[in-house]
Amino acid sequence: MKSNAVKTIGILGAGKVGVVLAQLALKAGYTVYLSSSGPADRIALTTKILTPGAHAVSNSEAARLGDIIILAIPLSKYKTLPVKALEGKLVIDAMNYWDEVDGPRADTVPDTMSSSELIQSFLSSSRVVKALSHMGYHELHDTPKQKGDEQRKAIAIAGTNKSDRMAVASFIDSLGFDPLDIGELKVGKKLEPGQPGFGANLHLTSLKKLLNL
Amino acid sequence: MPTKKQPKTGKHYSFGIDTFGDLPKTDDGVLFTHAAAIRHVVEEAVLADKLGIDSIGVGEHHRSDFSISSPETVLAGIATRTKNIKLASAVTVLSSDDPVRVFERFATLDALSNGRAQVILGRGSFTESFPLFGFDLRDYEVLFEEKVELFSKLLDEKPVSWKGTTRPDLIDADVFPKTESGRLDVAVGVGGSPESVIRAAKYGFPLVLAIIGGAPDRFAPYVELYRHAAKDLGTTAHPVGMHSPGLIADTDEEARRIAWPNFKTAWDRIGKSRGWPPYTREQFDYEIEHGSLYVGSPETVAKKIARAMKVLDVTRFDMVYGQGPQKASARLRSIELYATKVIPRVRELLEEDEK
Repeated sequence: MKSNAVKTIGILGAGKVGVVLAQLALKAGYTVYLSSSGPADRIALTTKILTPGAHAVSNSEAARLGDIIILAIPLSKYKTLPVKALEGKLVIDAMNYWDEVDGPRADTVPDTMSSSELIQSFLSSSRVVKALSHMGYHELHDTPKQKGDEQRKAIAIAGTNKSDRMAVASFIDSLGFDPLDIGELKVGKKLEPGQPGFGANLHLTSLKKLLNL
Repeated sequence: MPTKKQPKTGKHYSFGIDTFGDLPKTDDGVLFTHAAAIRHVVEEAVLADKLGIDSIGVGEHHRSDFSISSPETVLAGIATRTKNIKLASAVTVLSSDDPVRVFERFATLDALSNGRAQVILGRGSFTESFPLFGFDLRDYEVLFEEKVELFSKLLDEKPVSWKGTTRPDLIDADVFPKTESGRLDVAVGVGGSPESVIRAAKYGFPLVLAIIGGAPDRFAPYVELYRHAAKDLGTTAHPVGMHSPGLIADTDEEARRIAWPNFKTAWDRIGKSRGWPPYTREQFDYEIEHGSLYVGSPETVAKKIARAMKVLDVTRFDMVYGQGPQKASARLRSIELYATKVIPRVRELLEEDEK
């Protein structure tokens, strides 16, 4: 099922979201490198039990080893991302501003920007694509389906380059979701908390309709 | 090490109810005041005790839709009118509280109830207490880590010396009242953060999983993680519990009819402040059929609970009842059916399986 060029996934963040995404990527046949903010051994047990087969590594190793990198840390901690190791990389931003962990939004994200644009400006030499952020993690876990299954749900993708969006689309397809390309990174604003796409756990046609596409 | 009354062999099951003190309605549709809602929870606890439910847990919230901000005060009221039911917080937000005060209040509750107090520590999923008491959510990790460490020392009921950054240091501080059993019953409530599971194991606290959405099966590896972590860290892995929302009526149809508008009201009110979309009927039905809503007739709910307890290998189930502006009479009926029909049936199903 996995896409041709992409074989390894680096996931930064071993919390609720990171663990579920690692489980999905493992199931789809990828090699998975999982990291948390601390040293690798801090998540060794978590990795072994919750995501058997994944490798617990440091942040910069996960960033270096993945063909695609997924960001799943609390948004307000974005300045801890290994900028250098992420240079040139295709990075999926699965983060959301979340008041339960991040404190006041304005402290992290300027009002004029979407959170993924902020991440792109911080990781200025990486190729940031917003995806896997609008569906709740338990729904991500419970709902993957084979292609063509009428129950299959859709995941929206926003990013600057068409080719990057296509690569992410193929990855998402391999996880068990229909990809929906919604265009430029800034359009990803529609997927943020408080916006129409946030929380969407819908079929492709319903998601398109919801996002006015 | 911390819990009392753990059986040596065989499975001991425990069934409880949990509430955050939502405001119910009268049969004529009049919403209760906060004060009346609190008194109603006491009446529900009295009924639960009479019918043999093992525990009642009350949550701590600081917002208008929930009446309970001070769980142990409500539990103290319940303590003096009940005999056997365990009195738990669900949960105590230790990070925005003072561990010394928490100990004192629960030790007092333990005295009033003849040893029935249980502190369930956790983050909860609400954050109002942080700005209210002058804490920054971004300090959450250090707040919880430091305070749980101090709290675990206080549980030994000996003078404590402690240094940290989140409250003044203590030098040989002796804290009262002492409990009669010598140790408060403490558990940790976790919503799915692997780090929190490992922390519960590190301190040797029993684990209660808050499973409020999606298939419970997802949590099976977390139970395994808890047990492995306890083994690696040389602590005791205690029996694990779970907490999920539910509503029981005489038939499946009636239960859904009562639950749907009330769950939607409760969900959408919270969702509005968090940027969730409105709750859909599809979500509601999915959660009943495959996820974590225990809504239906006694037989439907009993089967679902028994299945979840088996899949997760847990021995405690706490049902969150009374969400949204339900009629007070429907809440009492739900508790009555839970006690008289659901719990005996779940026990039967679990025991059949043990044979």
